[in-house]
Amino acid sequence: MQNNPSALEWTVLTPRKPLLDLRLREVWQYRDLIALFVRRDFVATYKQTVLGPLWFLLQPLFTTIVFTVIFGKIAQLPTDGIPDFLFFFSGVVVWNYFADCITKTSTTFSANSGVFGKVYFPRMTVPIASVISNLITFGIQFVLFLVIVGWFMLRGNAVQPSWKVVVLPVLVLQMAMLGIGVGCLVSALTTRYKDLNMAVGFGVQLWMYASGVIFPRSEVPANLQWLMTINPMVPVVESFRYVFLGAGTVEIYQLAAGAILSVVIFLWGVVIFNRVERTFTDTI
Amino acid sequence: MSEVIKVEHLSKRYRLGVINRGMLYRDLQSWWARLRKKEDPNAPISSRVSHPNRIEHGDEFWALRDVNFTVRQGDTLGIVGRNGAGKSTLLKILSRITSPTEGRVAMRGRVASLLEVGTGFHPELTGRENVYLNGAILGMSRAEVRSKFDEIVEFSGLSDFIDTPVKRYSSGMYVRLAFAVAAHLEPEILVVDEVLAVGDAEFQKKCLGRMGQVTREGRTILFVSHNMNAVQTLCKRGIVVDDGRIVFDGEAKAAANFYLHRNAPTADSYKNPANRAGTGAFRIEEIVFTDEHGHPRPEPVNGETLDVRFRFRHHTTRRFPAMQISVTFGTTDQINVFNQRNTLKGVAFRDLPETGEIVLRIPRFPLPAGEYELSYTVKSEPRGGEVLDSVHVGMAFTVQDGAFFGTGNSLSRISGLCLVDGDWRVENGL
Repeated sequence: MQNNPSALEWTVLTPRKPLLDLRLREVWQYRDLIALFVRRDFVATYKQTVLGPLWFLLQPLFTTIVFTVIFGKIAQLPTDGIPDFLFFFSGVVVWNYFADCITKTSTTFSANSGVFGKVYFPRMTVPIASVISNLITFGIQFVLFLVIVGWFMLRGNAVQPSWKVVVLPVLVLQMAMLGIGVGCLVSALTTRYKDLNMAVGFGVQLWMYASGVIFPRSEVPANLQWLMTINPMVPVVESFRYVFLGAGTVEIYQLAAGAILSVVIFLWGVVIFNRVERTFTDTI
Repeated sequence: MSEVIKVEHLSKRYRLGVINRGMLYRDLQSWWARLRKKEDPNAPISSRVSHPNRIEHGDEFWALRDVNFTVRQGDTLGIVGRNGAGKSTLLKILSRITSPTEGRVAMRGRVASLLEVGTGFHPELTGRENVYLNGAILGMSRAEVRSKFDEIVEFSGLSDFIDTPVKRYSSGMYVRLAFAVAAHLEPEILVVDEVLAVGDAEFQKKCLGRMGQVTREGRTILFVSHNMNAVQTLCKRGIVVDDGRIVFDGEAKAAANFYLHRNAPTADSYKNPANRAGTGAFRIEEIVFTDEHGHPRPEPVNGETLDVRFRFRHHTTRRFPAMQISVTFGTTDQINVFNQRNTLKGVAFRDLPETGEIVLRIPRFPLPAGEYELSYTVKSEPRGGEVLDSVHVGMAFTVQDGAFFGTGNSLSRISGLCLVDGDWRVENGL
């Protein structure tokens, strides 16, 4: 019975809340909203485009072709013995997912300030929805990746997927957490400094060059290897190539360190996000 | 009945220096200015001037101060107050858009707040998709929206266009669809801002009608408004917010009365007008609105007698054999509604004392509720005399709805800029 409030719960609003209160139950109550946000993302992006959802496939293909020509053919960067196209495509697919998670999450507050100022719903639903829609995009591109791997294998290239591909969900989860974490930190900062929105694009691009998307870790000079070690995206990209293409440098300790760092950044991002969520309408 | 909302010692502070900066560059600029002991170029000034008693420690602004009240289930509570009194902040905290600085709020049941209709509508999506999206943003589950979908579409009257992207809608269609969704929310507590009650008369009526229906279903409504008529018809109880505090809590009628009659000066805006002309030998120092008994009426009520008191002072020993004072009441968009002057009525002002009051009495004040401005000119006569004091848009004020027609009915400004009484009857035959 809806009209009997004594049976209902109290919602209490106070100045302070526990730091790490994820309010997952509330987010779960709004799962329909998340689903609708995901749907909105897709419908709104591809309405009134001629090629529509085909862009999901064309975008990584074109990027890969550009990389193959510039870095493979002209600069002749070594690719651990994997065919250039496959090497770059695997990097692009993985990186796209991660980069989209960051950029979408980082605009959570700035892009939704109008709605956030008028109605309450758990703000976390917005980044969660973007991560899910990115996951769908990733799924589509991943299928294309598998098709291309199969085609190269048929042609007799030295490509050896192993049973270790089962780690894929772990890699995706790690990227999602790292992406949300960094995105949340940036989105929280952009409520005060809008300039950061501009910097995100460059930052992500720079990060890509330092993450082994363009060149394998084995080619990095020894005095710069530390950069590869502290970058939690390197083991993800390298592992992805290692399990699907059979080449790359993967060390367990580094995988573990990357995973731990990702979790830490994720939690940090969520804490900051929750803090900003409570008062951001006062400052934007 | 049981309590559904408990607000205890609620305060909200804004830090003036932090608001609306938005750029690293600005922060650096402020920091540099402070370093050189200069005035911060980014310091907000408007709120400092208009609410001096709410500023503390230089940059802390208390939008709400120790607010306490409880609401029982099924109550309809009207929250009234001037612009900037703290109503909107209270509304935002109750809607969970922002958090309190001190104190706590406890609410039982689902809370829906309507501060705007159509929040989150996406232009590329169709009407149908937007109904689901908007419903979800307002807290409805997909199943709930689905079960009410036909009702919503019927209420909006847009069944032919429901699969058209809303970017092709006219603004009227857009609002109708958005309101239809909002009207079908079924929360235990509904928080409504008066923005919902503006717009065309038909829409307003539909909105208020729907709210009345919701109350009869035993739900709790908080209604924030300037419109005393709406508050009195819709609400049982009213609280008046002023300067961040609750200054009255009681029956809606009493609250409306309190709000209309409280002794708040509005002549502040007048005292030193910038747009002043004239020789200055004679000046209007202050303009005060009162009722016929001399009680201050900062916001005139239409249908009541209004005395406009011009407090004057001669600034030289010169006295004038004849003077004309002309007063124009106009809308805020510079349309003159009516003019009144002493010479029209054959009243002569000659050899006035050094100080005193010129009083203009307007019986059955005829302006519909809304915002207005007053301008005046004082000239020495005869014709062609010098302008002594003239202020264009000297004072802004709000007119409240009263009992102009004596029936409880009122007209909005959309129907006409002036209220005129009339008698209606029927005569037989041609």
